[in-house]
Amino acid sequence: MAAQHLMIINGNEFPFTPGETILDVARSHAIDIPTLCHLKDTMPTGACRICVVDVRGARNLLPACVTPAAADMIVQTESPAVVRARRLILQLLLSSGNHNCAVRGSDGQDWTSFQLAVHNDDGSSELCPVWGDCRLQDLAYRYQVSGERFASTEIAYPMETVNPFIVRDFSRCIQCGRCVQACNEIQVNNAIHVGYRGAKAKIIAAGDRPLKDSDCVFCGECVQACPVGALVEKDARYKVRPWTERKVRTTCSYCGVGCQMHLHVQENRVVKVSGVEARTPNFGSLCVKGRFGFDFIHAPQRLTVPLIRENGQFREAGWDEALDLVAERLGGIKQSHGPDSIGVLTSARITNEENYIANKFARAVLKTNNIDHCARL
Amino acid sequence: MTTTIGDIEDAEVILVTGSNTTENHPVLSRHVKRAVAFKGAKLILVDPRRIKLAQFAHLWLRQNLGTDVAWLNGMMHVIISEDLYDRDFVESRTEGFEEMKKMVEKFTPEFVEQITGVPAADLAAAARLYAGAKAASILYCMGITQHTHGTDNVKSLANLAMLCGHMGKPGGGVNPLRGQNNVQGACDMGGLPNVYSGYQAVSDLAIAKKMEEAWGVKDLPTKPGLTVTQMVPKAHEGELKALYIIGENPLVSDPDLNHAEESLKHLDFLVVQDIFLTETAELADVVLPAKSFAEKDGTFSNTERRVQRIRKAVDPPGQAKDDWEILCEVATRMGFEMRYESSEEIFDELARVTPSYSGISYGRIEKDGLHWPCPTPEHPGTPILHREQFTRGKGLFHAIDYTPPAEQTDDEYPLYLTTGRVLYHYHTGTMTMKTEGLNERVPECFVEISPRDAALYELNDGEAVEIASRRGKIRARIQVSDKAVSGTVFIPFHFAKAAANRLTNAQLDPVSKIPEYKVCAVRLSRAA
Ligand code: SF4
Ligand code: SF4
Ligand code: SF4
Ligand code: FES
Repeated sequence: MAAQHLMIINGNEFPFTPGETILDVARSHAIDIPTLCHLKDTMPTGACRICVVDVRGARNLLPACVTPAAADMIVQTESPAVVRARRLILQLLLSSGNHNCAVRGSDGQDWTSFQLAVHNDDGSSELCPVWGDCRLQDLAYRYQVSGERFASTEIAYPMETVNPFIVRDFSRCIQCGRCVQACNEIQVNNAIHVGYRGAKAKIIAAGDRPLKDSDCVFCGECVQACPVGALVEKDARYKVRPWTERKVRTTCSYCGVGCQMHLHVQENRVVKVSGVEARTPNFGSLCVKGRFGFDFIHAPQRLTVPLIRENGQFREAGWDEALDLVAERLGGIKQSHGPDSIGVLTSARITNEENYIANKFARAVLKTNNIDHCARL
Repeated sequence: MTTTIGDIEDAEVILVTGSNTTENHPVLSRHVKRAVAFKGAKLILVDPRRIKLAQFAHLWLRQNLGTDVAWLNGMMHVIISEDLYDRDFVESRTEGFEEMKKMVEKFTPEFVEQITGVPAADLAAAARLYAGAKAASILYCMGITQHTHGTDNVKSLANLAMLCGHMGKPGGGVNPLRGQNNVQGACDMGGLPNVYSGYQAVSDLAIAKKMEEAWGVKDLPTKPGLTVTQMVPKAHEGELKALYIIGENPLVSDPDLNHAEESLKHLDFLVVQDIFLTETAELADVVLPAKSFAEKDGTFSNTERRVQRIRKAVDPPGQAKDDWEILCEVATRMGFEMRYESSEEIFDELARVTPSYSGISYGRIEKDGLHWPCPTPEHPGTPILHREQFTRGKGLFHAIDYTPPAEQTDDEYPLYLTTGRVLYHYHTGTMTMKTEGLNERVPECFVEISPRDAALYELNDGEAVEIASRRGKIRARIQVSDKAVSGTVFIPFHFAKAAANRLTNAQLDPVSKIPEYKVCAVRLSRAA
């Protein structure tokens, strides 16, 4: 057996595989190191530094998401220096935009004027649209900090609301770059990048155009990757809150990739869709149809009662009447013209169970093999 | 697919043909793009349109419509004559090499260039690249199958992969991409005229006997039935009297729609079971309201043969029912009792009679789906097919000659038309067109035309035109785009109001019975 590689985290010894980062090792042993910019399956950027840890012998704190694990390394993940550094980062982030979750005002007086300014920018009197579902808010709570240590910075760019699917709220962007990585490295749509370096930094599409006029294909990968309220589904904004919804895992009903998705349900309605992370075959990714094309479920045009044609017109009918009629007509045609005078078109849209039943229905009940579906078409 | 979606990232070379992957299988396409952008894979794209993937391609061969057998034979010609093929694989695992070799002899790159328009040097480069890889994956879709010689195209792709030994290993394979969510499952479950679930032949008497016992019936029919593309003309001739259509809208998706519409009107009795009053349902005698996927429990099988759960999230509107429940009710009323408590009970029954699904149960696929074949409850599933051997034992090479597409352009109809999909809509649009945002992205039908053809016919971007074929005509707006190749226009088929299938040719592939959606001859004129 090859010699085991070992390192020490918070006083305990753990094995690791060369190539793993400190973060990888910690996570695989259920040690929680907070991250903001880190995005699985992409090249780490080390942009946010919230993941810094104390490595004995190192001159500075080191970001766990980019620092490779090494033999005999001794790491502290929550030392006083680490906590101080994280608090500072969080305070800077919180003061850099419209982060009007309650935490922001927990230790100050000008909460009201700040809220009013944010409400003005938002065009809404509600707290942040992702209140309760925000990594920054989580961390502010965990490390008990607010944004008031530093003066709020000017909001440099107005909100972009001109496309049908995604609201880009630059006032809440923390420049973590996850959206850029999601777009370029996960979906490889190459639609957005970091523009205007320095204080003016902004995530832009080519030529700083709105997404709708760019290469963006509205897959929403960036929305799912954004840790804060800077990218939010337009239809779900303010309407869907984590404590009012229920998530049901299912499979997309559009193409044959079979992406795994969560339907977010509120009052018996699907109000949002998100990809199921870390599960095959899509690992959280979806496309525009899967993520945003769910309105048909509750469309007013849905059929709700059986219809029977009478004198060239449809009239509504009860199930019993409609089913009796179908059974009687099919039975009659089978009797007088033989089973092969009837055909069944089953469907690439319905379930396996239903296709199986259609196959049994055609063969065992109608006694014909005239069954097909439209996949050829 | 013979391999998995994730496996695509392991390929050294990926050959994509007849698949506009980024628009039709977007999440799968990310693996192709990641392989190229970050893992050093090389992409060979063979497609007449400058689709998005062309930006990622190392070699883009732009073949004339309907000439796929020719470029494939040409690649094999180069690979054999330069001795680049996998001799071990060919000798140990295949048959029919000599006949195939003889057939491709005449397909020199120069000869192929005359037919396909692909420069001889590019063809040879593609052949060397594909053959030289340790593992090369082929992805294809309707652009290969929807031709009068679609079966030949598919066999030719298999020839190429076998010749180079790119079968039965990660990053290899010949991978058809399924267009609709559960095409795989509809086929697996016996939604085909010649087989029961699990591809068990209806003409096999032992199978018939087994099903008779399982279902408690006598005299199951053993003669294969009609395909959808045969049912339509039979309806027209009056031989088919009744049709029961579930969740399909052939009145937008059928080829030569005018004829299909006539045919359905000839039926004595038409039942349509769907979630919307589709164009097809409008013609029905009885329309039955079904649940959508968000209201159902069950399973779908994706393009990589992975059986995955769907779960009920919301209540159905009004009185809509499960499709299975409706069918069971009709069956029971026809004197054949069919009753189930749940979709899981149906699944357990189908697993018993379907060997490839026998080891799968709802319990096993709670978190991640399983790939069939999965014959026993202990079996881990089969992500990669044909690892040790092909289903029939040895892989068979087919010697296939090139034949031109059924319809050619002429003075009257000087342009080729090819049809397909766009990212923002799905199939006949009954679902996607209920989302305003998707309509905002692509509101209506369009004709994509090259700048050169637009200039030639003096048509401007956005202008309304009439497009006519030998079978019908529609109206749409011009979209001048460098995606189009000169001489060929493209129309998406989603739109019922300007259904591209009023134009397309119903000529069928003799084996698969798939119509030639991808090639027909049209003319354009400014709309009056
Ligand atoms: S929606 Fe998709 S394509 Fe558009 S910017 Fe976000 S990740 Fe990129
Ligand atoms: S938009 Fe969101 S994901 Fe993108 S940089 Fe800003 S905070 Fe990060
Ligand atoms: S989300 Fe998009 S890619 Fe995934 S299954 Fe649905 S339609 Fe296909
Ligand atoms: S998570 Fe490590 S630097 Fe951002």
